[in-house]
Amino acid sequence: MQHPRSYHISFILIGLALLCSWILNIGSGSVHIPFEETFSILFGGNPKVEAWSYIVWNYRLPKTFTAILVGGGLSLSGLLMQTLFRNPLAGPFVLGISSGASLGAALLLMGMTLFTGIASFSFLGDVSLALAASVGSFLVLSVVMIVAQKVKDTMALLIIGLMFGSITSAIVSVLAYFSSAESLQRFIFWSFGSVGNLTPHQIVLLTGIVFVGLLLSIVSLKPLNAFLLGEHYAQSLGVSLKKTRLVIIIATGILAGGITAFAGPIAFVGLAVPHLTRQIFDTMEHKVLIPAVFLYGAILMLLCDTLAQWPNSASVLPINAITSLVGAPVVIWLLVRKRKMLF
Amino acid sequence: MEKRVQKSLSVCNLSIGYGKNLVGEHINFDLELGTLCAIVGINGIGKSTLLRTMGKFQFKLSGNIKLHDKELDLYSPLDLSKKLSVVLTEPPASKNLTVLELIALGRQPYTNWLSTLSPEDEKHIQISLDAFLLNDLKHRKCHELSDGQLQRVLIARAMAQDTPIILLDEPTTHLDLYHKVQILKMLQQLAHDQQKTVLFTTHEIELAIQLCDKILILDGNNNPFGAPCELIEQNHFEKLFPSEMVQFDAKTGSFKITK
Repeated sequence: MQHPRSYHISFILIGLALLCSWILNIGSGSVHIPFEETFSILFGGNPKVEAWSYIVWNYRLPKTFTAILVGGGLSLSGLLMQTLFRNPLAGPFVLGISSGASLGAALLLMGMTLFTGIASFSFLGDVSLALAASVGSFLVLSVVMIVAQKVKDTMALLIIGLMFGSITSAIVSVLAYFSSAESLQRFIFWSFGSVGNLTPHQIVLLTGIVFVGLLLSIVSLKPLNAFLLGEHYAQSLGVSLKKTRLVIIIATGILAGGITAFAGPIAFVGLAVPHLTRQIFDTMEHKVLIPAVFLYGAILMLLCDTLAQWPNSASVLPINAITSLVGAPVVIWLLVRKRKMLF
Repeated sequence: MEKRVQKSLSVCNLSIGYGKNLVGEHINFDLELGTLCAIVGINGIGKSTLLRTMGKFQFKLSGNIKLHDKELDLYSPLDLSKKLSVVLTEPPASKNLTVLELIALGRQPYTNWLSTLSPEDEKHIQISLDAFLLNDLKHRKCHELSDGQLQRVLIARAMAQDTPIILLDEPTTHLDLYHKVQILKMLQQLAHDQQKTVLFTTHEIELAIQLCDKILILDGNNNPFGAPCELIEQNHFEKLFPSEMVQFDAKTGSFKITK
C-alpha cells in the first residue's frame, strides 16, 4: 500500500547474524583449531595438523548444516502450529508433538530390539526412524487438533498437550524397563538431542524433510494468512479448511517428526523463535515470517550448539538442556513483559 | 439514477438447527440488491444460526437458500467468497494484525498465491478505508482499537471483499448508542450507495425500524418479513415479547416497559 513496510534491512541484518553465528559455530569445538586455520581448510588450504582438516570437513561442517536445518525447521513448525491453533503458546514441544515423535522413535529403537532382536543402522533404518517419529508426531498432532476443535480454551489445550507428553513418556518408560541396556543407552543418548552425530545419509534425508516442510508452508502462504482471522473468516475468504488443515498438519508433522528423529527432542525452539522473530519483524504476514523465522531459528540453534560444545573442552552438553535453559526464560520474559503474548 | 432491481438472496421454506436439534423452520424471504435488512427476535430463537446457515458455516436441515438464483450448496468456497462476505461476533484470531493488513485480507479471493495486491485491490482497500473513516487508524494494531473501531474495521474488510451480499452477526453489540447508530448508518450507506444486500442480526429493534428497508422477525412461528411500517401495521412487534413486561407503541415505533 502507500507505505509498504520494508524488511530488507532486517533481512540483511539477520542474514549477517546467521553468517556470524555460523562462523562462531564452525570455529569452536572440543578441539582447538585457530580461526584462520579453519578458514584456510574450508577454502582448500592445508592445515598444520592433518586431523584438523578431517574434523572441519567431516564433523564441524555437517554439524553446522544440521543445526541450521534443525533450528530453522523446528521454528517453522512452531510458527505453523501457532497459526493453525491460533494460540501463541503452541509449539511442537509443549503440545506433545515432540513426545509423539519420541514415542515413535522409542518404539523403533527399543521395540525393534525387544521384539526382533535386530538393531539396524542401515539407511533403511534411518528412513524408518524418520517415518516412525513423523507418524508419532502426526498422530499426536491430529488428536490434539481434534481436541482443540472441542476445547477452545488456550490453557486447556496446553494442559492436554502436557498430558499427552506424560502418557507418551510413561509408555517410553515401560518400553525402557523391558529393553536391553544397549538399546536403552541408544535411546537415552538420542533423547539428549544432538546435531553432531548424523551420518551423511541422515543429513541428506533431513535436508529433504525440511525442504518438503518448507515447500508445503510456502504453498500454504495465503490460507495461513487467512487463518489469522479465524477459521470461519478463512472459509468465507474461499479457503478450503479441510485441505489447508491437512497440508499444515502434514508439514508440521514431518518437520517436527523428522527433526526429532535425527536430532532428538529439542525443547522450546519451536515455541520461542516465532515470538522472538516478531520482536524484529513486526508483522503477521507469513510471506515475511516464514523466511525470517527459519533464519532466526537457525541462528539460535547454531548459538545453542556452540554453547553445548563448550569451547576447547572435551565435554559436550546435551543440546536439549541448552535450548531449555535459553528458551524457557525467553517465554517467561515474553509472558511477563507483554502480559499476554499477542499472536 | 435508475435502480437495478435484482433478487440477490432468496430463502424458501428453510429449516435450521444442529443435527436433530431443530432451531427454526418456515423461514421465507427475498432480498434485492440495495437493501438493508435486519433479523430480529428474542434470544435463542435462531438469529445467529440462520446467519451461520446462510454463510455456509453449518448445514441447513431442509429448504432452499439461493444466491443469485443458484443454490448455496452448489457454490465452491472460492466462488462463494466472491458473492458473500461475513462479519462475525468472534473477534479476529490475531489481534496483532494492523488495520491495513486485516482489510487487505478481504482481497484474498482475488489475489494470486502470494497474495500480491494489484492496483485494483488497492483501490478497493482505499475505498473501504475511506467509507469507514479508517485512514488515520490504518497502521494501528487491532488490539489498540476500541470495540467500535474494530467493528468498523471488520465491516470495511467485508466491503473490500467486494461481494454483492454481506452478512453481519450482531454488529452493534457492546457499542454505545452513538456508535450503534454510526455503524447502522454506515451499513445503510453501504447497501444503498454500493447496491449491496446487507443482512444483519440485531437486538436494536427500534433502530432497525428507523433505518432498515426490510425486517425479518423470527418468532418461532411463521416468521413475518416485510418493510418496517408493514410489520408495525400488522402488529407483529407486539407479539415479540411477553406483554406483561414490555409493550410496543406503534405510533413512536418503540418499546415501553409495562407498568
